[in-house]
Amino acid sequence: MYAQALNVAEKAHADDPELRARFQARVDAEEKIEPNDWMPEGYRRTLVRQISQHAHSEIVGMLPEGNWITRAPSLKRKAALLAKVQDEGGHGLYLYSAAETLGVSREELVGQLLTGKAKYSSIFNYPTPSWADMGMIGWLVDGAAIMNQIPLCRCSYGPYARAMIRICKEESFHQRQGYEIVMTLAKGSPAQKKMAQDSLNRWWWPALMMFGPSDKDSQHSDQNMAWKIKRFSNDDLRQKFIDATVPQGHFLGLTFPDPDLRFNEATGHWEHGPIDWSEFNRVVRGEGPCNRERLKARQKAHDEGAWVREAALAHAEKRAARKAAAKIAAE
Amino acid sequence: MTDKTMTEKTMPLWEVFIRSRTGLSHRHCGSLHAPDAEMALQAARDVYTRRGEGLSIWVVPSSAITASDPQDKDALFEPTASKIYRHPTFYEVPEEVGHM
Ligand SMILES: [Fe+2]
Ligand SMILES: [Fe+2]
Repeated sequence: MYAQALNVAEKAHADDPELRARFQARVDAEEKIEPNDWMPEGYRRTLVRQISQHAHSEIVGMLPEGNWITRAPSLKRKAALLAKVQDEGGHGLYLYSAAETLGVSREELVGQLLTGKAKYSSIFNYPTPSWADMGMIGWLVDGAAIMNQIPLCRCSYGPYARAMIRICKEESFHQRQGYEIVMTLAKGSPAQKKMAQDSLNRWWWPALMMFGPSDKDSQHSDQNMAWKIKRFSNDDLRQKFIDATVPQGHFLGLTFPDPDLRFNEATGHWEHGPIDWSEFNRVVRGEGPCNRERLKARQKAHDEGAWVREAALAHAEKRAARKAAAKIAAE
Repeated sequence: MTDKTMTEKTMPLWEVFIRSRTGLSHRHCGSLHAPDAEMALQAARDVYTRRGEGLSIWVVPSSAITASDPQDKDALFEPTASKIYRHPTFYEVPEEVGHM
């Protein structure tokens, strides 16, 4: 955002222990860290990685749903889906902007996505072969995203927290429109109900994986908790999501594809069976069903949009030059 | 990424300010990249006012903003903490006088 030059100057004494201690005290006191404040290099790096991955996820996330815009079953559904996908594009922008305040350029970030150097949420590497998937994505994927994002509204880094507040306000519509689609199908003909059930069967486990590896295998957690980038552990958030979502599914008469799923009266939580982390790792490594297709689509959009960006810049330069010439002529 | 033509030139960054319906002053709401002011306005309208957030938009080139240095924060903003006489609660008005 503003006055980024200051950021560069500060990198020089990035690991001064006294500055680190003062920084931690500010974080502990729930003060927000702002772009030009001193911050440890690791904090900056972690945030750039996390915020840009998050931004990439919003942008790539437009693809599986974009797949159905032209085939939505009614004008109402089409308008809603279009508005949702447009929101996701906006979310990408808010997040890229937040990442840029840390001294990386938009071009750099987009480059990292297109070359495969940066990751995005593995959920978007699954295909959307049926209309029910539009409902399931809204209900489960946006629902899981909301669980993850609400605590991020209190993240110690100001620009990220502010972007998340805006995003969370918009996400609620996404989840509700998704649930409404699933509900319509679940209460429809047997064929429609089957569509909803099939879709739930495909999306349930990938949605649970959205919260990331189990706490015992997660490498970054402790430091990120201390820095207040993260407020809850992966497993805690996953449990919250399951507890909220399972009754919503049962209300629709749907069954979750987990034979071990059961309610524990003593704890008040839904217990789930083992998650297949080998699948998660495969998809993260790039071997999911749609990894190649997603990156190809982003690359194509980037290439085919190049002339628009060039023309817009050329036009702006021409107009600026004309204005300057007119000014000289007038003097 | 395939061709390193003009697109490699960075798009200027703009800060977006919006005045809400409530009549409060323009408020910073985010930033975006655009080649010129006109397109920045258009993009700001598309991205930051999708749900009736405002009735007026300002876009300002980010490079035109001069920000106070966080290092000066104490010098600039600490003195105000001791000036409690700037607040209405500093002054005693007897209860019988009523609300003031
Ligand atoms: Fe989003
Ligand atoms: Fe969303």
